[in-house]
Amino acid sequence: MAEPISPPTARVGRDDDLQTLAARVASQARGTEGLEVYVSRGVETDVRAYDGDVESLSSAASAGVGIRVVDDVRQGFAYAGSLDEEVIAETLAEARDNARFATPDEHVCLAVPDGVAPADLDVWDDALGDLPIADKVRLAIDLERRLRGADPRIRQVSSADYGDMAAESAIATSTGITAATRRTVCSLSAAAIAGEGTDSHTGVGFSAGRGPGDLEFDAVVTDAVERATRLLGATKARSGRVTVVFDPRVTSTLLAIVASALSGEAVTKGRSLFAGRLGEVIAVPAITVVDDPTDERALSAACYDAEGLACRRNVLVEDGVLEAFVFDTTAAHRAGTTSTASAVRGGYATTPVAGCRALVLSPGPLDAPAILADVGDALYVQSVTGVHSGVNPVSGDFSVGAEGVMVRDGLFAEPVREVTIASTLQRMLLSVVHVGADLEWLPGVAAGQTLAIEGMAMSGS
Amino acid sequence: MVDTALIEPDVVERVLASALRRGGEFAEVFAEDRRATSAVLDDGRVEELSTGRDRGAGVRVVVGETTGYAHTADLSDGGLLAAAEAAAAVARQAGASRSIALSAVVQARRGEMAIAPERVSKDRKIDLLRRADHGARAAGSAVSQVSASYGDSRRRVLVANSDGLLAADDQVRTRFSVSCVAVGDAGMQTGFETAAFTLGFELFDDVDVDEVAGIAARRALSKLTARPAPSGEVPVVLASGSGGILFHEACGHGLEADHIVKEASVYVGQVGRQVASPLVTLIDDATVGSEWGTFGVDDEGRPAQRNVLIENGVLTDYLWDFMRARKEGRLSSGNGRRQSYRHLPMVRMTNTFLVNGTEDPAEVLAQTPSGVYVAKLGGGQVNTATGDFVFGTTEAYLIEGGQITEPLRDANLIGNGPDVLRRIDAVADDFAMGPGTCGKDGQSVPVGCGQPTLRITGVTIGGTTGG
Repeated sequence: MAEPISPPTARVGRDDDLQTLAARVASQARGTEGLEVYVSRGVETDVRAYDGDVESLSSAASAGVGIRVVDDVRQGFAYAGSLDEEVIAETLAEARDNARFATPDEHVCLAVPDGVAPADLDVWDDALGDLPIADKVRLAIDLERRLRGADPRIRQVSSADYGDMAAESAIATSTGITAATRRTVCSLSAAAIAGEGTDSHTGVGFSAGRGPGDLEFDAVVTDAVERATRLLGATKARSGRVTVVFDPRVTSTLLAIVASALSGEAVTKGRSLFAGRLGEVIAVPAITVVDDPTDERALSAACYDAEGLACRRNVLVEDGVLEAFVFDTTAAHRAGTTSTASAVRGGYATTPVAGCRALVLSPGPLDAPAILADVGDALYVQSVTGVHSGVNPVSGDFSVGAEGVMVRDGLFAEPVREVTIASTLQRMLLSVVHVGADLEWLPGVAAGQTLAIEGMAMSGS
Repeated sequence: MVDTALIEPDVVERVLASALRRGGEFAEVFAEDRRATSAVLDDGRVEELSTGRDRGAGVRVVVGETTGYAHTADLSDGGLLAAAEAAAAVARQAGASRSIALSAVVQARRGEMAIAPERVSKDRKIDLLRRADHGARAAGSAVSQVSASYGDSRRRVLVANSDGLLAADDQVRTRFSVSCVAVGDAGMQTGFETAAFTLGFELFDDVDVDEVAGIAARRALSKLTARPAPSGEVPVVLASGSGGILFHEACGHGLEADHIVKEASVYVGQVGRQVASPLVTLIDDATVGSEWGTFGVDDEGRPAQRNVLIENGVLTDYLWDFMRARKEGRLSSGNGRRQSYRHLPMVRMTNTFLVNGTEDPAEVLAQTPSGVYVAKLGGGQVNTATGDFVFGTTEAYLIEGGQITEPLRDANLIGNGPDVLRRIDAVADDFAMGPGTCGKDGQSVPVGCGQPTLRITGVTIGGTTGG
């Protein structure tokens, strides 16, 4: 067991000097130059347990700055992994220099305050800062131990992890934007391997929330064990057309891909399967897609977008009709519209781009067992692979590896592995037969629920 | 002497001693200074030139099988000592004080970089993008969108540990990629091509960006008339250099010692056994020329080396990092890598490739009555515990009567590693490599993949039409 220690830098969330820092740098704008200053810092802890002990314990504090300059309709960007005054000054000089090399673009601009008030969200849990390291270590070790003892068929626990992060960021621009946010995230995850004879399968379980009180320890264990053991004896299925029922986690993954095609920037540049289709029916009437970062239940809920505008609810698809795309300020200007406050960024080292943050499919009336009963025969897919190589948000071509369980007469039957399922995203949206009532708030940009799509091609033996 | 400008050796010695104060058995300091430039041209405009710098150090302390790690962006004595203290928290009691002398100096093989990226004007980098834009658009009027990106990075690292090791490396990488969209009657298609090497700006003495752009454009254009891929099990011919990712996924990951030690690989206990067709000899080699996965020393200070993994179908060894090798009482194979100073090292591949066979590539194709010819693979993914893996095509054609006929839309292929390796029945003599990015446990590192033209007697292709 490790001894409790305090995190390396416990300053996060204790004061608002990041906002002051961002504003001070943004105030250095010269003449017609626009400046956007993003600063962030965070602390994180990761514990991995193995064989009853700690395999690794990492603790870290990091900080950084990203500066965007818009001068003479040209944009430049520079970043550094430090908040030292000297480094920030160098970064500003670099960003200014970089702007000289961009092609003039009348649409390049920074956000300006639009009067929308930020939602009152509580995405910070003080309990995380109060949790001693020893308790975090114990969670990971207990998780590994519980998994090993949960079922005689569990042969190995390849990972049992506890992770958390407390982060804060501030943004200030010469155009009058000031925004500061802070958030905590905490998670437990595990991968268990079940085996019988020479057959083995992996099951992953996880739980995430804003603080230790949100973690569902038992669910992680049950989920990992169930997903690993129910695949034992899986074989390749015969090729053919099937109705596919997606597990909520897979639905969330698929929705995240649809999200990339709903980016206003991708659409304006002709790089989305939805380009030119606004107002058209793109899905069955049961499909309503909303991106709502102001819903506190979403793990990715946020008060402000990556350009400092207040996040808001955007209805993108309503009753199957494509209603809107998401925009950051520059993409909106290019498309002749206004920002939907949907700028996202990967941290201080990247510039903001348009993207979804908290997508939700409006739940339907049936839960998973009722959906299985209704479809009768289907392939229930518990996980997919090759999503990045096999799903193209421009052409819509869809082909992924899948494993899961055949459904016969509405009940789980034999397990299946090493098959692919294929279609196009366009056809899949028009072939949805059920959207589940069982909405789950998952990490990532999209929530998930059981989803049934008919007429997909399954390739096996 | 090695370049120790990142941290002075006497400071490193003090930090290591401090890291062991609570009874750790092994301590290591990894310092890194990374500068990067990226430039993107999209929709005919140079949208963004971005430059950045990340500098910091990570301290690792090992006690038994337990590792403590802490990192900091503060390279001052105070910052490093605080990280050492945090990493040492995994150790249970106060240990005897130990002094560390850095005596085992590892001189990294100097990279072949001739023109450091920071010595090249931003204008010249931008100019490449404009040329690529013209090159792609010239390939056909159906090309509707072109995005080109340039990137370079210079990563200086220093590794020192309590065994007295002091190693340094200076890694320069340059990449250029082009992505195109083409529009036709049946919708839009995409094409992508990239050139990436462990080189400086002299990369462009050999790589013609117009050609990179032309390949990306033709890939998108050819698919405009493509038919949906078949569904079911078919013979597959992989073109030279198109699909090294197959071996990376089908067995490379499964040979990483961390998966082996945890019995999370189908290759556990298989050393000395026939795991592939006798035509298969698989190598992992961080020393090859200027390939994307090449380096001087790994991120634990071990010099790059060449490792034979499979010889004539027989499994000869796994890939090792410090921790896994230490447990087995052997040396690391030089495969301890990390994304940055913010990450713990893990067992990773470098340049992984299948060596040449003896057949004529044209003959391999001619002797395939029907199947799928893969000219370019995209990414892939594997579950090491089951060996099941997928990889996606980004340029593929039907083979009919021993000839390439119609283009196919993108699809994933799925197979089981050991099974597919046994089904390789022809290997040609036209070896080529390509770059890739390998993701594992949330960390990305540059890797190379390569193979000559080869045939697999049957793989399941995930298309939509009856196969």
